[in-house]
Amino acid sequence: MTDLIRTTEGAKPLDRGGPGGDELPEPLHEDELAHESGVAVKARSQWYYVRTRFLRHRLAVASLIFLIFLVLLAIFARRVSPYAYDELDLMNIAQGPTREGTHWFGTDLLGRDYLSRVIFGLRTSLWVAALVAGLTTVIGTAIGSIAGYYGGTVDNLLMRFTDLMITLPLLAVLLTASVFLGNGDPVRVGIILALLIWTGLARIVRGVFLSLREKEFVEAAKAAGAGDARIIIRHLLPNAVGPIIVSMTLIIAAAILIEAALSFLGFGIQPPTPALGKLIADGQTQGFEAWWLVTFPGLVIVAVALAVNFIGDGLRDALDPTQRRLRA
Amino acid sequence: MLTYIIRRLLYSVVVLLVASFLIFTFVTISGDPLAFLKMSPGASPATIANIEARKHLNDPIVVQYVYWLQDAVTNQFGTTIIGERKIMPDIQRVMGHTIQLVIAAELLAILIAIAIGVYSALRQYSVFDYTATTFSFLGLATPVFWLALMLQILFVNIYLWFDIRIFYTANLSGVDPGGGVYFFLDRVQHLALPVIVLCVASIATYSRYMRGAMLEVINSDYVRTARAKGLKERSVIMRHAFRNALIPLTTVIALNFGGLIGGVVVTETVFGLDGMGLYFINSLNSGDPYPVMAWLMIVSAAVIMFNLLADITYGLLDPRVRHD
Repeated sequence: MTDLIRTTEGAKPLDRGGPGGDELPEPLHEDELAHESGVAVKARSQWYYVRTRFLRHRLAVASLIFLIFLVLLAIFARRVSPYAYDELDLMNIAQGPTREGTHWFGTDLLGRDYLSRVIFGLRTSLWVAALVAGLTTVIGTAIGSIAGYYGGTVDNLLMRFTDLMITLPLLAVLLTASVFLGNGDPVRVGIILALLIWTGLARIVRGVFLSLREKEFVEAAKAAGAGDARIIIRHLLPNAVGPIIVSMTLIIAAAILIEAALSFLGFGIQPPTPALGKLIADGQTQGFEAWWLVTFPGLVIVAVALAVNFIGDGLRDALDPTQRRLRA
Repeated sequence: MLTYIIRRLLYSVVVLLVASFLIFTFVTISGDPLAFLKMSPGASPATIANIEARKHLNDPIVVQYVYWLQDAVTNQFGTTIIGERKIMPDIQRVMGHTIQLVIAAELLAILIAIAIGVYSALRQYSVFDYTATTFSFLGLATPVFWLALMLQILFVNIYLWFDIRIFYTANLSGVDPGGGVYFFLDRVQHLALPVIVLCVASIATYSRYMRGAMLEVINSDYVRTARAKGLKERSVIMRHAFRNALIPLTTVIALNFGGLIGGVVVTETVFGLDGMGLYFINSLNSGDPYPVMAWLMIVSAAVIMFNLLADITYGLLDPRVRHD
């Protein structure tokens, strides 16, 4: 109904039948029509439903707002943070967190403001996580869709390769890779991470493609002369968007935790770039009395990972309401 | 079933071989293991040439791989590149310690997770259920190394302030623990914190699975039948529901092994435990590829074995699964 109205808007009046469909002198605006017929008719896209379902998930919405706040903090780190991350305040060395003055998270043993260092660390960690999420999505989607669409030998080869990748102990391989491929640069750390954790996403996309490629609409597209690339991109991928987005959030959470572990062990981001994991590692060496040096960056990691997981949970409920949640 | 197991075993051997080639090429092409030695003034060219000849470092990579594989199979992964130290005795020593840690942590995690999962499922949407869910989210979002450090800081400060030693926060054994019970108590005091740290993530994962499996079983037809027959609620839950809900958990536990290794590496590094994880980090820092490759091979073999075990136990426990 609404489609009909839209297409005829501004054109010659048509006899449209349906409720109140006697004779309309000119096409009415949607709202007016709805008002006239007494039924609230409004164009509702798929995304409208997704949005409403997501907004109903209060924890996820709160997490999203919190995460946006952190991302803004990270983007505008230079303006927001009270000090530069390498600025020394020699009058306040190894000071605990205070509300007097501006060292809310205290200072480290060199007198650097810890709040600023944590903000810049967050900036690095979020940047790596975003990079990993983007790259992983591209790699995983490409491999998964090719395996799922073509099936047969291609599928077999790609999936056996995926199995092999899953077999290797992830953190150990990552550590080896960062030692031998050189490390330190966030971009490089991100690429190494992405090259190793695309496997889960590839399996999910493959699963969706396997079940969809036999459907009638694919057959119809083939009959209409669409090529493989067109079918994959235009007809199949849009159906896999839900699972892809959900697993992207899980990848972001995993990337933050893994990067932190790598940097903590000394094989990830190298100084002078502050990263949350590295801050914790440095804090550890500065004595057990300086508890704030370990506590605050860790709390930030937990908060980010928690927020991302909640958002993922909300997205899963919103994008795929039929799916029963087994895993938190 | 037997043919299935045999086929899967053969397949696992092939996977392990491919993995060994990947690991070898990956580690070998990425750096010259003698780079550091070549730069140091104390090492004569003759020494370096000697090592290169012994480890076949100047051969093509495939030839090197065959030599290495031969060494690995017939000579237990051979020796380190400098100092000719045998790799296997070291790995055996640290593996014993890691197995103590992992078994203690996993047993604890499984028991707690089953209790939490079953109770959450029986009281779905209760306060307990929501609390458990929140804590499992929290457990999965907490970096293992950070939790380890926080506990370490806490217990060190308890010791510093009150002079009470509840748990040790580093190493595996005291200076002279004594024998028998004293040794055991000393070991428990040393392993307690690492075990707690390691089992947190496992509890978070397993309890979610257990809750899900239990919910599914409780709502299934045969449980309704059991109730309809007039069985006691206790009998319905324990004999009909609970035992079936355990089946998926076995798979999850077996497949979780690879992820557990990461936790072991981090935990042992923080607490300075002389185990597999610390050995791996030390090998990486020494830049010697041979212990690193041996470690990766042994751990990969273990992960492959656990994957196999997951599939086989699932088939054995659930008669609906047929392997042909």
